Amino acid sequence: MRKAVFMLLLAPLAALAAQTGYRLDRSPHDPNDLVSLQAGARTFVNYCLNCHGAQFMRYNRLMELGLSEAQIKDNLLFPGEKVGETMKVALDPRDGKAWFGVAPPDLSVIARSRGTDWLYTYLRTFYRDPKSATGWNNAVFPNVAMPHALWRLQGERALEVASHADSSGHVALEYKWTQLSPGAQSAVEYDATVRDLVNFLAYMGEPAAQSRKRIGVVVLFVLGILLVLGYALKKEYWKDVH
Amino acid sequence: MAGRLMALWDWFDARMPSLAEEYRKHMSEYYAPKNFNFWYYFGSLALLVLVIQIVTGIFLTMHYKPDASLAFGSVEYIMRDVWGGWIIRYIHSTGASAFFLVVYLHMFRGMLYGSYREPRELVWIFGVLIYLCLMGEAFFGYLLPWGQMSYWGAQVIVNLFGSVPFIGPDLAIWIRGDYVVSDATLNRFFAFHVIAVPLALLGLVVVHLLALHDVGSNNPDGVEIKKKKGPDGRPLDGIPFHPYYTVKDIVGVIVFLMIFSAVMFFAPEMGGYFLEYNNFIPADPLKTPPHIAPVWYFTPYYSILRAVPPLFNSQFPGVLAMGVAVLVFFFLPWLDRSPVKSIRYRGALYKSALAIFVVVFLILGYLGTEPTTVWGQFGFEAFFLDTRDIATWVARLCTVVYFLFFILMPWYTAIDKVKPVPERVTS
Repeated sequence: MRKAVFMLLLAPLAALAAQTGYRLDRSPHDPNDLVSLQAGARTFVNYCLNCHGAQFMRYNRLMELGLSEAQIKDNLLFPGEKVGETMKVALDPRDGKAWFGVAPPDLSVIARSRGTDWLYTYLRTFYRDPKSATGWNNAVFPNVAMPHALWRLQGERALEVASHADSSGHVALEYKWTQLSPGAQSAVEYDATVRDLVNFLAYMGEPAAQSRKRIGVVVLFVLGILLVLGYALKKEYWKDVH
Repeated sequence: MAGRLMALWDWFDARMPSLAEEYRKHMSEYYAPKNFNFWYYFGSLALLVLVIQIVTGIFLTMHYKPDASLAFGSVEYIMRDVWGGWIIRYIHSTGASAFFLVVYLHMFRGMLYGSYREPRELVWIFGVLIYLCLMGEAFFGYLLPWGQMSYWGAQVIVNLFGSVPFIGPDLAIWIRGDYVVSDATLNRFFAFHVIAVPLALLGLVVVHLLALHDVGSNNPDGVEIKKKKGPDGRPLDGIPFHPYYTVKDIVGVIVFLMIFSAVMFFAPEMGGYFLEYNNFIPADPLKTPPHIAPVWYFTPYYSILRAVPPLFNSQFPGVLAMGVAVLVFFFLPWLDRSPVKSIRYRGALYKSALAIFVVVFLILGYLGTEPTTVWGQFGFEAFFLDTRDIATWVARLCTVVYFLFFILMPWYTAIDKVKPVPERVTS
């Protein structure tokens, strides 16, 4: 009986621990770093665009990132596509649904719904799981339908989760990663690749974000001047109100 | 040239109600009390936001497509491919939250200084009607981006109408135009959002101002300035609205625009409170999001809705409580029995009641943005605990206090120890 009561007391804590899940890493991306954005665009087109689309993003918008029209045409476009087109996916969503159980979502605004920290962590926490249909699983997104698209870069890893309860009853989960086979990139290089990719996804989510902030500074400056003038005007008129 | 223009002016003046006379009545010879403070900016700011919303709304309508398969994409098209589209869209989305913020502060001003009291009951009632229209406008508008929160938020709210006894299910279908929220719903909500409700809103704003300018503005002292007039027939404590309050409001407008710009240029999502993260996922009728929360301005009422336990398996009591929580504002002029208007001359009873009301409103608002599990659960079982979520019980307590503020008002305002009200306004 006492044990049952104790379990009951612990139940909400366990639920809380389960809710918290894998702790997200802070994404170190820099939206002003054009080299990183270009690298991210290349990774996106090479690795993501086969299954995911970005149907609201136009190729020629990448000129904002310092790419020329010729560079976009030669390096990023699939044959037959025009530079003014959006990043549509070649994969038929019905095929996607048949192969993965769910149609791969469009990634145009994925950084706005998921957040960059989530994406940065998610893309770095795939592990081998023989129980899943694709042979892959993810620490941030358990039982995700997507296989590890960047595995040739990161290599294969395994994950062991151990739970420890400390003296005060707090349950802490410990994640232990092991590298099963090496990838084409070192861990540091791979983190940089994902950082660039997330940088690009964030840019694509809101291409106007940087000009928004620049315009905002000017607007606030002008309003500041207007405030001084407006206040002086008010003071002048209100001199005779007693 | 000038003579020609004057002649044209006279020509119009002879064939129309005199514009010059209207201008005098509402601007240059509308005498407003000279002691307006900070709280008196929000009326003109609400008018400003209304104009901002209408103007940006017109431009958004030029590019938006009210079609379930195109709506989400057309918003992104506005954000990316329409020149200046993202500014227009962010002004509109930030403006929606700004509208509620300004209106809530405007209403609170009324409660601070008793602006709803005789002879301004109609001003107040038109104001509450404006508030109701605004809620409808926001609700209809929120469906238009056709994201997950748009879709499921609308689903939840329309289902509330489905809980009305007897006619509920038919009523819900009638509102949606379909068995689920669908393209038909989107189209009619678009019609309501861009024409029906704005028309009503504009008309109500006009009568709100007509009624106000007929009885005259209240002020932080709650003194009727019309009672003390000079030999020229002008209130001694009144000053012409133009130019005094127009130049003062210009300062208020600039400060407001600075705060507004700071949000819309640097944090248009406002941490997920103004634009919810889930709403960047296109609406999916087959996938219910794990946590559905309305935008912040509805959350106090959403909390009340969730707090009331179902009766005979029906959510209707909660719906009723939520409706009453809004409609009760209509009755404020008659619930308040205090001999004084302004909080400055009221006693400790009303002051504490209002303070508690504000705290409770804010707690309810916060809880409405979170899942009911946010504060964990009680560690024990008891027969009276239908739920062990602590947040639900706090919301219940707050709901009771919310209603007690109104129900007990005739009593505590009548027995409250008030201070003497001065003859003239204090500076």
